Amino acid sequence: MNAREQRLGICSSLPLSALLLLTFIAPLLAIAAFSIMPAKVFTLAHIPDFSAYAEFVREGYWKSLAWSLGMAAVATGLLLVICWPLAYAMVRIFKRFTLIITLLVVMTLFVSENIRLFGWVITLMKGGLFEGYMHSWTGIGFDGLLYNVPVIIFGLVYIYLPFMLFPLTQGISMIPDDARYAAADMGANRWQIFKEVELPLAAPGIVVGSLLTFVLAAGAVAESKLLGGQAVIVISDDVESAFTYGQNWPLGSALAMVLIMVISVLIVVTLMKVDLDKVMGKVK
Amino acid sequence: MKRHTSINILFYLYGLLTLAFLYLPVVAVGFASISKSRYLRFPIRKYATGWYGKALTSDTVMDLLSTSVTIAVIVTVVSLVIGFFGALAFARYQWRFRKLYQKLILLPIFFPQTVLGLALLMWFNTLGITPTWKTAIIAHLVWITPIVTLIIAIRAYGFDPSLEDAARDMGCSNWQIMKEVTIPLLMPAVTSAGLFAFLLSWGNFPLSLFTTGADSTLPEWLYAKMVSGYSPLVPTLGVLSVAASAAVIATAFFIRAMIPAVKQARRNYQQAH
Repeated sequence: MNAREQRLGICSSLPLSALLLLTFIAPLLAIAAFSIMPAKVFTLAHIPDFSAYAEFVREGYWKSLAWSLGMAAVATGLLLVICWPLAYAMVRIFKRFTLIITLLVVMTLFVSENIRLFGWVITLMKGGLFEGYMHSWTGIGFDGLLYNVPVIIFGLVYIYLPFMLFPLTQGISMIPDDARYAAADMGANRWQIFKEVELPLAAPGIVVGSLLTFVLAAGAVAESKLLGGQAVIVISDDVESAFTYGQNWPLGSALAMVLIMVISVLIVVTLMKVDLDKVMGKVK
Repeated sequence: MKRHTSINILFYLYGLLTLAFLYLPVVAVGFASISKSRYLRFPIRKYATGWYGKALTSDTVMDLLSTSVTIAVIVTVVSLVIGFFGALAFARYQWRFRKLYQKLILLPIFFPQTVLGLALLMWFNTLGITPTWKTAIIAHLVWITPIVTLIIAIRAYGFDPSLEDAARDMGCSNWQIMKEVTIPLLMPAVTSAGLFAFLLSWGNFPLSLFTTGADSTLPEWLYAKMVSGYSPLVPTLGVLSVAASAAVIATAFFIRAMIPAVKQARRNYQQAH
């Protein structure tokens, strides 16, 4: 750590740090400050009274938070199960196909998520791609598959699949072949190798992938709005209506703060344990 | 060995199935965009491309497109400049607060974008700035610059510091090292990061939703129409938006494929003279 590197490091980090301080940290502090203001004020020149947090409890906003966190947890669990075999195959089995999958999955990220969700709406609705064709071929129709809780979770799984898949592949590629062979030589069966060798060694990838999907899904709003209709209200939806229709910034800020605190605790606890140089630097 | 191949086939099928799952809604939107009727219903009886004509001649659509493109171009340029140096600080230089800095960069990526958009809206109002498409650029930058930084950082990790030291020993100034060694070595990551920046900004809607004020980007307009009811222009513009992304990607691949040929041609030219 010589003096020149110290200077170069600080200089080159400055623009980005300044950007994030002014447009990320400062707005968060503004939210924190607004959240303790009395209801329906638009400046910070008031005496704090924490009434917005009381409203969070009294008006049952915690239910929205519970829905958001619960659906995000289920979606994360499902994605772990869905993505593990694919990530495993991408690292160990596929050859050229890995590149093709990677490219095609990354390309979906460039399509606006609301366009993709809209695609599911017209696929799953009554008279949509599924029901419409089934009706015309067999004469049997069914009500659309939209506007319920499972379809929201389905939407979360669909949208956040890449955010689980890529960290998992990274994690699995960190498992040395020797470790698996050694375990196999010592008589471990397939399940034991998975549980005792692969899972622990791929842990950084699993942790980063799960954290990313959970956090993004917990704050997601488009899935529940477009696919779920009014089946459940999620917390981000409440935040949005408090800011827009409600014109109650302190309430919106308090709701956002609760979500932010849950997320921050998760992020801080996990990121402290993960060494980024190791996860990112070792690309194979 | 036979058992092994049949399991591999299952894995390949699983991969194909996942891709089908990812692309099915996009295909559905594609079919919907060429349906003739005003109210969509599958199976589609009559196909027509009339909605594309309507979309491409509409002033609203042209406004949306130009707003989205302007934002995406500015976001790409600014995020590349900031992210390039940000990545060097992230991966290349050893300095005291590096670990803390690395974590700061990750935070915006791990943050729900809707909440970030609302936080920025409130922040702009507190500062007395009226949100327009210009403030949306800031909002996109908060999220996209860290991603750009990470992409370039991955390449910077594989960077051999002794190359810079060698250049320094031979008497290069900091600026010369940057121009002759660092930038050329990181160039491949810079181009792919630029591609990411442009496309992510082009397709983003949760950040634009609250930060564009009276202006509107294409994804934002589509969302408003989807929530308020069906319009035949929604699938049409959806397809156009996807097609634009695909065209950008194709162009990028084409340019990358052409680089060796261009270099070769230049070399031949220099040799001939």
